[in-house]
This record gives sequence, C-alpha cells and structure tokens, in this order.
Amino acid sequence: MSNMITVKNMCLWYGEHQALKNINVSIPEKSITAFIGPSGCGKSTFLKSLNRMNDLIQGVRITGDILYNGKNIFDSSVDVNELRREVGMVFQKPNPFPMSIYDNIAYGPRTHGIKNKAKLDDIVECSLRDAAIWEEVKDRLKKNALGLSGGQQQRLCIARALAVKPAVLLMDEPTSALDPISTSKIEELSMKLKENYTIIMVTHNMQQAVRISDQTAFFLLGELIEYGNTETLFSTPKDKRTEDYITGRFG
Amino acid sequence: MQNYKFTKKRNMYIMTMRLLMWASAAVTCSLVIFMIIYVFIKGMPNISWELLSGEPSYLEEKTGILPDILNTVYIVFFTLLAVLPLGVGAAVYLTEYAKNKKVVGVIEYAAETLSGIPSIIYGLVGMLFFCQFLNMKTSLLAGAFTLVIMNLPTILRTTQESLKTVPQSYREGAFGLGAGKWRVIRTVVLPGCVDGVITGCILSVGRILGESAALLFTAGFAHALNGIFEGMWSSGCTLTVALYVYAKEQGEFGVAFAIAAILMVLTLLINLSAALAEKYFKRRRTV
Repeated sequence: MSNMITVKNMCLWYGEHQALKNINVSIPEKSITAFIGPSGCGKSTFLKSLNRMNDLIQGVRITGDILYNGKNIFDSSVDVNELRREVGMVFQKPNPFPMSIYDNIAYGPRTHGIKNKAKLDDIVECSLRDAAIWEEVKDRLKKNALGLSGGQQQRLCIARALAVKPAVLLMDEPTSALDPISTSKIEELSMKLKENYTIIMVTHNMQQAVRISDQTAFFLLGELIEYGNTETLFSTPKDKRTEDYITGRFG
Repeated sequence: MQNYKFTKKRNMYIMTMRLLMWASAAVTCSLVIFMIIYVFIKGMPNISWELLSGEPSYLEEKTGILPDILNTVYIVFFTLLAVLPLGVGAAVYLTEYAKNKKVVGVIEYAAETLSGIPSIIYGLVGMLFFCQFLNMKTSLLAGAFTLVIMNLPTILRTTQESLKTVPQSYREGAFGLGAGKWRVIRTVVLPGCVDGVITGCILSVGRILGESAALLFTAGFAHALNGIFEGMWSSGCTLTVALYVYAKEQGEFGVAFAIAAILMVLTLLINLSAALAEKYFKRRRTV
C-alpha cells in the first residue's frame, strides 16, 4: 500500500497559540485511519489542515509540509478548490444545504462544471447508492433535504462528498451527533467505502476506532504521541500516555 | 392585624397600577383608531375616479392626482433600482470579504447613525449636491438619488443581519466540496438571506412613500403628467408632497385627505406583504 498523505514537521498556530507541534505521519491509501485524543488536543485542527479548510479561519499559520500524492498542498501552484474536490470532507454536524436532496448531491458536480442532466442524474443515483441511502430517498429526491432525519442527513452529506469523486474522505466525528443505529450504519458504510477511498476519521469513541480503523493516531496537547496499526496500538501501546488514555485514566 | 393591613395596601397598589395601564392602553388604542377613522371619513368621499385618473388644471378648475401617483411609482422604482444592488453588494462585501473587523464595525455604526438622522438633512444635502453641484436641477432623479442615500443604511443593515444568520456550516459544506468564494456566496449564502433583502426592500418602500421633507428640496412640486423617462428629468411631486401642497398652499383639504387615505391603504398593503413575504421565506428555509 502506498502512502496517500505524508505530513512532515508540521506545526500550526492560532495567532500566538501553538495548536499542533511537529507532526509527522504517513497515511496509506484505501484504509481507515482514526485520530483519537481528548478534546482540544488538535486532532480536528489537523484533519482540517489536510484539505486546507483552516484557510477559512483568520490568524492560522502553518509551517512544515503536507504532501498529497507527493505534492505539497501549500505550494502556490495548487488550486485549493481542486484539492478540496479530491480531499472531501464530512462534518461533525450534518450540514445539508437548504435545497432538495437532488440539488444537494448535484451541488458539487455542478460546481465543477457538469451540466448534462442525464450525467447529473447518474451521479446523484450512484452517490446515494454508495452512501447506502438511495432506497430511503429515491421517491423524494425533489423534497427538501432538511426534512430528513439526522442519520439520513449525515449519509446524504457523505453522498454529497462522494459525488465529486474524491480520493480521500475526511470525517470529523461524523457520528457524534447521531443515535446508535445511525452510527452503526455510518460505520458499516465506512468499512465498505474504504475499498475505494482513503478515509481519515476523527472520533471520540474509542470502540469505534477499534471497530473500524486500520491505523490509529493518538493526539495529546497538540502532539502526535503514537501512531500505528490499530490492533497493536490498543493491545500493546508503546507510550505510557497512550496506555493511560485508552484504559480510561484521563480524557 | 398588621398583616391584613399590608395585604390591603398591596391590593390597592395592584388595583391602581392595573387601572393606570388599562388607561394608557385605552388612550393609545383610541388615538390610533380615531386617526384612522378620521382620515377615512374625511378622505373617502373625495376619492373618485376623476381624482385618481385626472391631472390638475387651473384653467378648467379641476384636480387630479394621477401625475402624483405616477411620480410616486417612478421614484419608488428608481430608488430601489439603485439602492438594492448597492446596499446588497456592500453588505456582502462587509460581511463576507472584509478582513478588518474594526473598520467594518465603524461602518456599521455609521450606517446605524445615518438611518436615524432627520430626513430634512438628506434633503438639504441632496439639493446642494445633486440639484446644484451635479446640475440635475429640481427633478425626480435628484429626489430618487437623495432617497437612495437615505435608504442605503436600511438595506445595508437588514441584508447584513440576514447574512449573519446563514449558518457557517453551509459555507463550510460548500467550501469542502471545492466551491470557490463567489460560488459559495451566490448559491448558498445569498439564497439564505433573500428574506432579509425583501424585508429591507419593503421597509424602504414604506419610507419612500412616506418621505416628504427630503423631496420638498429635491424633487419639486410639479403636477405634470409625464412618461417615466422625461418624468425622471423634470420636477414632479409624489403623493406625500402633493398632500402638503394641496393642504398648505391651496387649501384643498378634501384632496389632501383623499391622498392621506390612499397612503394609509398603501401602507397597510405594504405591511401585509412584508408579513406574508417573511412567512413565505421562513417556511421555505426551514422545511
């Protein structure tokens, strides 16, 4: 397996406050990588750096390199919109646009210039099928997406992200606002999606990390403490702090 | 015993306060109702088809307010035509693009202050700047421009407030799909604030209809019947100004009250449409 994303000596500051300290990590393709750690440890911040969503926040400064397919994403030749198309994102709270289900899915493809109706229809159906929500919404594609339940909205958002044919899917605690049944649906879905996509997921739920991820990275106070195979990390953690965290001694 | 006395005192107090509040409510209501009924009783008998569709002539000794109605329509139309793109554009820039939040704060404060100053000051400035300096003479166009300045803060602020209510998560979602800044604004942010723009618009129409002081200086008093283009370049009075002229300078109180009644009905219609528009767009946004 080759590495999709390689991060070298990355540091990040919010104004004067350093939120990430010297992160080095390589994320292999077509697998699920989980980021765990207590609140405020920088895992979400790090996730958002990978498709430069932090650009939207004022006062953020980043040093070091993030290589995506071998190319530095901070290079001036990189089109940030194209980067975000390839490195898609699913947010903590489901955030469908206040439009029809169809228009939600078609938003991305239309943004990238697809106008052909038949082609759009195809993409919409495909994406909804891939996100395992087609059967539930196929008769109400013209209905407003805000009428769906929370779990359905989140799968819609995954479908929306898939519609632009990304290679990487960043998920920022995608199940933390959902009930257990919706959560297990999203987990199943992620397991299926990793055949074709590289998934990086921030989670507060350690059982979730164990259940679905291949690699796990443990963050603490802006540092990457330990990173490795999920099974190894949870059964024989090398660092004392990792052990304390996963055994529930703090966090 | 003492306790009983205290209760009695307290009951007295409650009764007095209730009576006072009831009295002020009664006075307020009756004043409003009196105003409405008085204007309608005085005005309604004078409203006729001849008045609405005719133009005034001193030779034939007849009055008609069609030119005034048309002038009002022209001025509302032109003012909105100019103030909407300006105000909405400025609001989008200030909320979505501007980096220096301090400067934005100062501008917002200035706009709020501007929307509170007496309109006669706008009239004075408009007369000096548009009529004289820009040589537009006394014309509906100069009046419309004056009203543009007057309504700009309203449109700016209502649009801004409404832009701020569009959830940040919509913007993030769109950016996350690779949409550029302008596309995010056009497809996600602006549709979410249509209700604010419409509210601002309706408020402005109300203000334009009711404005007389600023137009006395800038738009003039002529009652000539004009098409929209020559109308804008010539002097003309709107319904509110006509009301003033008929009542104060010609002593035609019947006509003045007729205009007053018409303006009142218009205001009612505007308020109703504002409520309806708000309801419609709220529903569209939440379902």
